[in-house]
Amino acid sequence: MTPPLLSVRELVIKFPNRHGALTAVDGVSFDLAAGEVLGVVGESGAGKSLTGSAIIGLLDPPGHIASGEIYLKGERIDNLPAEDMRAIRGKRIGMVFQDPLTSLNPLYTIADQLIETIRTHLRLSMREARQRAIRLLDDVGIPAASRRIDDYPHQFSGGMRQRVVIALALAAEPELVIADEPTTALDVSVQAQIIDILKEQCTQHGASVILITHDMGVIAETADRVAVMYSGRIAEIGPVRDIIQNAKHPYTSGLMGSIPTLAQEEDRLVQIPGSMPRLSDIPPGCAFNPRCEHAFDKCRIERPVLIPVDNRQVACWLYEEAEAKGAAT
Amino acid sequence: MEAVSNFLASDLFYRFRKSPVAVVAFIVTALLVLSALFAPLIAPQNPFDAGSLNLMNGFSKPGEPNQFTDETFILGTDDQGRDVFSTILYGLRISLFVGFSAVMFAMVLGSVLGLVAGYTGGRTDTIIMRIADIQLTFPAILVALLIFGIAKGITPPSYRNEVAIWVLILAIGLSDWVQFARVVRGATLVERNKEYVQAAKLIGRKPMAIMLKHILPNTLGPVLVIATISLALAIIAEATLSFLGVGAPPTQPSLGTLIRIGQGFLFSGEYWILLYPALTLLALALSVNLLGDWLRDALNPKLK
Amino acid sequence: MLAYVIRRVFQSIFVLLMVGLVAFSMFRFVGDPVENLLGQERTQADIERVRDQLGLNDSFPVQYVKFLGNAVQGNFGISYRQGRQVSEIIAERAPATLELAGVSAFFAVVLGVGLGVFTAIRRDGFMANIIMTTSLIGVSLPTFLIGILLIYVFAVELGWLPSFGRGETVKIGWWSTGFLTESGLKAIILPAITLGLYQMTLIMRLVRAEMLEVLRTDYIKFARARGLSKRAINFGHALKNTLVPVITVTGLQIGSIIAFAIITETVFQWPGVGLLFINAIQFVDIPVMAAYLMLISVMFVLINLIVDLLYFVIDPRLSADASTRGH
Repeated sequence: MTPPLLSVRELVIKFPNRHGALTAVDGVSFDLAAGEVLGVVGESGAGKSLTGSAIIGLLDPPGHIASGEIYLKGERIDNLPAEDMRAIRGKRIGMVFQDPLTSLNPLYTIADQLIETIRTHLRLSMREARQRAIRLLDDVGIPAASRRIDDYPHQFSGGMRQRVVIALALAAEPELVIADEPTTALDVSVQAQIIDILKEQCTQHGASVILITHDMGVIAETADRVAVMYSGRIAEIGPVRDIIQNAKHPYTSGLMGSIPTLAQEEDRLVQIPGSMPRLSDIPPGCAFNPRCEHAFDKCRIERPVLIPVDNRQVACWLYEEAEAKGAAT
Repeated sequence: MEAVSNFLASDLFYRFRKSPVAVVAFIVTALLVLSALFAPLIAPQNPFDAGSLNLMNGFSKPGEPNQFTDETFILGTDDQGRDVFSTILYGLRISLFVGFSAVMFAMVLGSVLGLVAGYTGGRTDTIIMRIADIQLTFPAILVALLIFGIAKGITPPSYRNEVAIWVLILAIGLSDWVQFARVVRGATLVERNKEYVQAAKLIGRKPMAIMLKHILPNTLGPVLVIATISLALAIIAEATLSFLGVGAPPTQPSLGTLIRIGQGFLFSGEYWILLYPALTLLALALSVNLLGDWLRDALNPKLK
Repeated sequence: MLAYVIRRVFQSIFVLLMVGLVAFSMFRFVGDPVENLLGQERTQADIERVRDQLGLNDSFPVQYVKFLGNAVQGNFGISYRQGRQVSEIIAERAPATLELAGVSAFFAVVLGVGLGVFTAIRRDGFMANIIMTTSLIGVSLPTFLIGILLIYVFAVELGWLPSFGRGETVKIGWWSTGFLTESGLKAIILPAITLGLYQMTLIMRLVRAEMLEVLRTDYIKFARARGLSKRAINFGHALKNTLVPVITVTGLQIGSIIAFAIITETVFQWPGVGLLFINAIQFVDIPVMAAYLMLISVMFVLINLIVDLLYFVIDPRLSADASTRGH
């Protein structure tokens, strides 16, 4: 069996403070196969972006990887020296950020920024690089690419800019693209287009995608599998269809219930009472237990591990017996 | 007393205690200010009382007994037999007096103009702000020099030395009012748009008194920071002007004047006439500046 | 944008006219120009003659216009102190100030930008901290004190460099330069450092602060995510974005160097227009004061204008046509 493209093992990210350290990501593990789109969904502060930044090696200090490993095609990448990591960035792992306006240097033309990126990783002449750049812009749907390539970022609209960003991220043909809230800063009317372009281009270039977002709708449309994060931990991870239609973790069902659908009959959306705990105040045991209506004693004492249930994994003690039953039969 | 205990328990004081730079700067400044205040009591001699001087004491080296009169002066004497230590103390007085007065003047002038501009609005506001902008195009020192030059031209020669100090205060103050005006104007504009002002006007009362009660607390912080930094700048400006010969005259010398005089003796070996006033000015400028810098950072809401 | 340019030009002219008014008022009302020119032995007829000559019998606005007209042609009257044409005196002394200002500006900008970038990139390094602390002192010290201390160390104690004057100069046309003689070059070092130090510290702190800001932006983060080299990021992206806002402030600073030259020239007895101005103030030589004032104002206003317009040229965001926006 081929090893997964990306393998994250027990990743722990901490932020030192006056009293010790705050744990923002606490033991996250998952695999990503080649060509797969993995959605990472959760509230603000759940640790999704940090996980993404850690994978590409761009965690802002004082945040740091306290323990855990990250493997890219079987090679460990979380402990590489700076120069080696830099060679990986752009060439093997690409990243798309949230705000296309601030992602592009306002003083350089698109051509400059694209050609620079291309020539950093590929041995091409100026002319070849420029042609390649124009092709990339074409692929992401920029009209009259050969003319517009010499424009400045502020001369593009938000949606167009994000397309340029995607082109830049894919310029050196990375194997993995991490998209951190790629549509959050865009108009709703444009969001769907951008997600489509992202998925289409990544498939075309053969790149896997980690799609980080708080928007479950986007995940439903685009991802193959989804990981639901809560308080720096994975609550549930599995195929998108299964989780959406039949969420097992109480938090996930709460999330599903809070999404309005046309087929809905109730007047009110489901709301999960309370809110996600602050990093300094994470309860012992399962982080979700104070808000969970199914919580029992074990939930408050011992932190749940990921338990395989129905072709996905859930971090919830409710399913412990199910596993035991399953193992027994 | 409650205000004092409130202050001591406040955030600001806590940060002050924790910052070695601020504490040292404050101590040095306080020391210098107190020395200046009590100069007549501390100084071994009044260097500007011509009768108390003995010309034979001239050029005594610091710490060594004079070859003619056997008197010892810790920091030496200048060409006229004036004890350098004493001249420094009295010079500090002038420097600090001019500095504080100039800042006070600038603060009052700027605040009044800012208030008027903000409250009246319209033409007056535009004119005042235009003048401010024009003045800002030029470095403060140039403005001060100009004012001094004009004043000197208007004053008959015999009075020039006497009024020099006041002209100095006027010149430095006039060159520095703009920042105060801006802050106060800003706060006034904010208040002017509030409802109680409309209400007061409706019933025919002038809202100025109430506005002041609101404007004052809002501007206190920034004005304090500007004032401290202005003080440092004013002290340096005064020293510079006096050094250039267009400031405190030799009959009422400030530290700047002393340095000017001292420069003449550098090459002939009487370094102390220059060195000690220079070091004193250094200490003063540095500590007030550091204090102002620290205050600005401490009161900056963005950095909290 | 054209509208903006025109507006700024009009603003500048207005400022200059105001300054001209102040200068003229000085001329007219401070002291008695007639008395200054004639001295003790004068008759009533002499007074009348000079009054007529100076146009003192005309009305105020007429005099003002005449005054401006003269000024624009370079005629600033006759110095009370030296009895010569003011324009002649200024032309004589201008090269000294300009050379000094030029060297100082060069020193301030090159070192300022260089050290600013260095302390931003090597933010927590030992050298960076030392430089920052020293810079704090540089900003707090009055210029003349720096000059004096430099004289004390390098001229009095070490004897390496001269403590006053310009050294030997060589005349090229009407310009006298100190760059072509050894003594001239030696003489300009201390004054240039004194004059440029304050500006250098300011520029350095500005560049550092700006660069640190830039290094925190999203586009720098994205550049890193694309795997660009450290050099490309620091000097290609960060530096350019840092310099754009810095250039405008620096331009203004450079302008003020010529004004600050007054102090440095006094400390080092440098024979430039700054020292001329100080002497003029002490002797209440109004024509020289007025002339200096007006010339300096023209220079300042011009620099301000150029710097403002430069911003348009440098930042592509400001010069974009409205038609290409929002595709």
